Amino acid sequence: MMRDAADHKALLEAPRQTFRSLARRRFLRHRLALVGAVIVAAIVLMAVFAPWLAPHDPNHVNIMLAREGPSSGHFLGSDLVGRDVLSRLIYGSRVSLSVGLLAVGVYMAIGLILGCVAGYFGGWVDMMVSRMVDAVLSFPTLMLILVIVGLLGPSLFNIILVLGFLGWPEVARIVRGQTLAVREELYVLSSEAAGAPSSRILLKDILPNIMSPVIVNATFGVARAILIEAGLSFLGMGVQPPTASWGNMLNDAQSLSILETMPWMWVPPGLMIFIATISINFVGDGLRDALDPKLN
Amino acid sequence: MHTFIIRRFLISIPVILLITMIMYLIVNLAPGDPIDMLVGQQALTPSEIEQIRISLGLNEPIHQRYLKWLGQLARGNLGFSYLDHQPVLDRIAERLVPTFSLMFFVILVSYITAVPIGVISAIRQYTWIDYLATALAFSGISFPNFFSGLVGIYFFSLVLKWLPTGGLETIGQGFSMVDRLYHLLLPGLVLAFREMGVLVRYTRSSMLDVIRQDYVRTARAGGLSEWKVILHHALRNALLPLITMLGLSIPRLFAGVVIIEQIFQWPGMGRLAIEAILSRDYPVLMGLTLCTAVLVLMGNLLADILYGVADPRIRLSGKR
Repeated sequence: MMRDAADHKALLEAPRQTFRSLARRRFLRHRLALVGAVIVAAIVLMAVFAPWLAPHDPNHVNIMLAREGPSSGHFLGSDLVGRDVLSRLIYGSRVSLSVGLLAVGVYMAIGLILGCVAGYFGGWVDMMVSRMVDAVLSFPTLMLILVIVGLLGPSLFNIILVLGFLGWPEVARIVRGQTLAVREELYVLSSEAAGAPSSRILLKDILPNIMSPVIVNATFGVARAILIEAGLSFLGMGVQPPTASWGNMLNDAQSLSILETMPWMWVPPGLMIFIATISINFVGDGLRDALDPKLN
Repeated sequence: MHTFIIRRFLISIPVILLITMIMYLIVNLAPGDPIDMLVGQQALTPSEIEQIRISLGLNEPIHQRYLKWLGQLARGNLGFSYLDHQPVLDRIAERLVPTFSLMFFVILVSYITAVPIGVISAIRQYTWIDYLATALAFSGISFPNFFSGLVGIYFFSLVLKWLPTGGLETIGQGFSMVDRLYHLLLPGLVLAFREMGVLVRYTRSSMLDVIRQDYVRTARAGGLSEWKVILHHALRNALLPLITMLGLSIPRLFAGVVIIEQIFQWPGMGRLAIEAILSRDYPVLMGLTLCTAVLVLMGNLLADILYGVADPRIRLSGKR
C-alpha cells in the first residue's frame, strides 16, 4: 500500500512528457517546418507593419516613372502606371493573409460545428450532414467560385465568402470521424454520467481531443486559399486594382512583351506567392508529424 | 457490385439536379444583365430591347425558365448561346478534345514521374533523397500554376525559343499530331508539375503505411530480398489508394485547366467558362456547369468502383 503510493508519487514527479512537449520536440526536429514557420512569421510582420515598411505609397500613380526598372529609389522598379512594385508587394501580403485566415476561419467554424454535431448525436442529424457533405464535395468548386465571383462582382469580400462557404465539407468529414472515435471514451462517458449538458461535453471533452487533424487541415487550407485568391486575381476576377494583391500584380504579365522585357513586374509577386504557400505547407507538414502520434 | 454502382448512379441524379438548380439561381439572380452585354454600344429603343428579352425567354419568371431548361435537357438540348445563337452542346463539344487531351497528358506524365519518386522517398525515409523529393513535391503543390506557366513561357518560348507560347496548333498548317503535341508540351508539363507534387506526397504516405504492415515484415523475415519485398508485397498495396486519386483528381485538374488555358490561349472548356462569365452567356455557363458536375461525379464513382475492384477487402454491397 505504502509502496504503491510512493510509486505513484514518483511517477507524478518524474519529468512529464506531455503531449504538448512531445509535439513541440517533434515539430522542432522538422527542419523545413522550422524554416517555414520563421518565414510565415516574417510575412505576418510584413503585413502588420506594411505602412512603416513600404518605401512609397503603393497606390501612388506616377506616369513619369512608368515601366522603370529597378533603381536605388525603387528597388523593384515600377509598374505600368508608375506605382512602386516593392511597396505593392509589401501591401499585397495583407490581401493574401486575410483571404487565407478569414476564409479558412469561416469554413473551420462551419465544419467544426456540423462535424461535431453529426458525430456526437448521430441519427438523422448525421444523415443530413453527411448527405450535405457529399453534395458539396461533388460541386465543381472552381466553376462555382468563378461564376459567383465573376457575376457577383470580384472583390476580396466575395472571395472570402465563397471560399468560406465551399471549404467546410472536408473539415466536417474529418471532425465527424474524430468525434465518432472519441465519443465512447471514458472521459466523455463519465461527463455524461455526471449529467453534463451536451454543449459542455462537446466543447470541453470532445473538441480539445479532436483538434490535431483539424489544425493540420487548416494550415494546408490557408495555403490553398492564398493560391486560389492569387489565381482569381490573376485572371482579373479577384481583388481589383488599385488595391495591390500578389495575384493581380501578375495580371499584366499576360502580355508577352511585358513578360519578356519587364520581369521586375511579375517575378517578385510570383515568388512571394510561392514562398508564402510553400512555407505554410511546410509548417502544415511539420504539424502533422508533430501532432500525429501514429507516425512515431 | 452491380447494385452498388446502380445505387451510386441513382444518388448522383438528385445531386446533379441540386447543383444545376443552385447554379441556375446564382447565374440568373446575379446583378448584371446579359442584354447589356449583347446590346453593347448599339443604340436600341426600349421596345427593341424588350423584343430581344422576349426572344431569349428572359421575360419569364425564373422557376419557369429553370423548368424549361430542364425540359430541354431531357431532350438532349442545352439551349443556345446568347452570343452567336449556336447550340450550347456544339460550343462545348468543340472544346472537349483540347481540354481532355491536356488532362490526359497531365495524368499520364504526373503518374509516371510521381510514383517512382514517392516510392523511393518512402523507402529511404529521412535521407537526403527523401528531403529532396519532399522539397520537389512541396514546390509543385505550392507553385502557383499561372506563375509556373509564365516562367515556362519566359524560358522555353521567349529565351530559348524551343516551344510555342500558346495555342492549340500552328495556325494555317492543318492538323498534325506532332504539331499538336509540340503545343501541348509546355502547358501540359506546367500542370503536371503541380499534380506530380500532390501524387508524390500521396504515394509516399501510402507506401510508408504499407511498409509498416505485418505482411511486409513477414516477407522480409522470410528472407526475401529487399527489392522483392518492395516490388511484390509493398508496392502493389501502396498503389491502391492512388487508383482512387485518379477519380478524385478531376476537380483539381479542372481548376488548373481554367488558368493554364487562359495563359496558353488553349481553346478548351476553361477558356470557354471565362468567356461565358465575362459576356454573361448564361446558357453556355449552365452547360459547362452541368458538364463539370457530371465529370466530377463520374470521377467519384470511378474512384469507388476501381477501389472495390482493386481491393477485395472493400465489399461493395448494396448496403453501406
